[in-house]
Amino acid sequence: MTAIVAHAAPARWWHSRAVIRFMRHHLALLGIAMITLLVLACAIGPYALPYDSLHIDLRARFAPPLTGNHYLGTDPLGRDLAVRLLMAGRVSLAVGFSAMLLSTLIGTLIGVTAGYRGGWVGAALMRTVDGFLSYPSIFLVLALAATLRPSPAMITVIIAVTSWMETARIVEAEVRSLREREFVQAARMVGLRRAHIMFREILPNAMGPIIVAASLAVARAILLEAYISFLGYGIQPPLPSWGNMLNGAQQYLASAPWLAIIPGAAITMAVTSFNFIGDGLRDALDVRNDHI
Amino acid sequence: MSAFLVNRLLQSIVLLVIVSIIGFTVLNLMPGGPLAQFGLDPGMTQKDVERLAAQLGLNRPLWMQYLDWAWRLLQGDWGHSFRDGSSVLTVIGRHLLATLLLMGTSTAFAIGVGAWIGIRGATHRYSLFDYCATVGAMVALSVPTFWFGLIGIYIFTLKLGWVPAGNMYTIGDGSVLDYLHHLILPSLVLSLVHVAIWSRYMRTATLDALSQDFVKTARAKGVSERRILLKHVIGNALLPMITLAGMQLPSVLTGALVTETVFTWPGMGRLFLDSLGYSDYPVVMGLLIFSAILVLLGNLIADIVIATVDPRIRLA
Repeated sequence: MTAIVAHAAPARWWHSRAVIRFMRHHLALLGIAMITLLVLACAIGPYALPYDSLHIDLRARFAPPLTGNHYLGTDPLGRDLAVRLLMAGRVSLAVGFSAMLLSTLIGTLIGVTAGYRGGWVGAALMRTVDGFLSYPSIFLVLALAATLRPSPAMITVIIAVTSWMETARIVEAEVRSLREREFVQAARMVGLRRAHIMFREILPNAMGPIIVAASLAVARAILLEAYISFLGYGIQPPLPSWGNMLNGAQQYLASAPWLAIIPGAAITMAVTSFNFIGDGLRDALDVRNDHI
Repeated sequence: MSAFLVNRLLQSIVLLVIVSIIGFTVLNLMPGGPLAQFGLDPGMTQKDVERLAAQLGLNRPLWMQYLDWAWRLLQGDWGHSFRDGSSVLTVIGRHLLATLLLMGTSTAFAIGVGAWIGIRGATHRYSLFDYCATVGAMVALSVPTFWFGLIGIYIFTLKLGWVPAGNMYTIGDGSVLDYLHHLILPSLVLSLVHVAIWSRYMRTATLDALSQDFVKTARAKGVSERRILLKHVIGNALLPMITLAGMQLPSVLTGALVTETVFTWPGMGRLFLDSLGYSDYPVVMGLLIFSAILVLLGNLIADIVIATVDPRIRLA
């Protein structure tokens, strides 16, 4: 963020045009508000609630929301749904966020290299990107998650190595268009090392699209984690995640619909926030609208 | 046209090679390789696993294994299911039609509704409808497909009793109407995300077409707005959607896998999950490659179609 702001070089960072435009974007502000609320609730909430996320109480199974101190009801083992939801939020948000960091890192490295080097290296890298994009992501993720012992860290890595391609494509296009600009030629003439030109001269100028892609990548990663955990190959119980809380919910749909409705609503809320924020950032940083 | 075709075919073949290398790598990246599951089997000693590896040629250098594997893939020998011994292609074939039926229905619905929303949003730009469609699309893109499926079952099956909760047909019935009845909910659920995507792209494409010179000319001639839209704009806006249909294939397949699980739909997605559960690695591997080939084929067809319809593409 600082790179962009410094680039626009206003007197104060909040005077920058990008920040002003972002603050005028109502949906993005709504997204920030929703995600702040979620993060705060997940961080503080479990301490404020009277139950432990693993506390089993078989006398209180399937309590509907607002039963006594069980504000969101209980699950088939009588565990408090509210505290589990917030603990799961920590896991899901952390996995989503770290997967985004890792996939952005991979995508940026490959995109900058392919865009700057061009030629055979660039072609080979970009065709690899196309190759990865030919796989429906969930097939690849599930195949990996089913064989590698799934821990939260492993799930994060698996999600990242199957979702860096979008970033790589965006960065490659951006770097390719910057490669022949005067400041890059000047840097070359001065005799700066290639790595320096790629990452210190060109990369800061491509930060806008990367930031937008990253905010949408969090949304994608949270969804992907939810998918594979729902299918039973992601985060393993007893560690709760939003996806695996829905894992057994279908069989109780008739008798305890809150088990399905509540975690799904949390996922939707988190993902919507990041999509809103991404939309706002795209408008604010004036990034081309090439995918939705 | 033929130069374009040859060029495009060559690209697909190169991509196919890359796709197969990725698939082969994924399979060999797994600790213990393709036989990892047998290492945990108490009924098998280390010697047994080694013998099996030698039998299947897994002790040769990797590049040799790859060439051998790829060559047999080309000849249609995709291996045999660990579960019932039938050939992988036969197993996939048994589930292909169900998936294509689901994907086809939901894509048709998504294109129809998405195009309508997109065109209306573009012609009534910045109206309440346009605003709701934009926000709605972003929310729709954020809803996990399986959750939407569960909500759908809760409302339309459990509360209203309009549609069945799953499966492709009622045992003992199996009429066309029965199939359609079972098809409604899963295909609607699968199409939600794609309605959102199509409406966004269609809106952009329509706005793009509306700003073209030929629209100004038509307006100057005094052609009615309705006629401009129908004769000049929609056709041009729909063209890039052909490419989009190809590009969307991987995400439709991902959605289909999840939808099939929720609705116990007997398609490729369910087969994939079942095979994972049984560690039926030849089928898992086959489906992985097959889904990528399906995507490549879809993109190739989309490109050929658009080149046929729009001469600007193939002459460029």
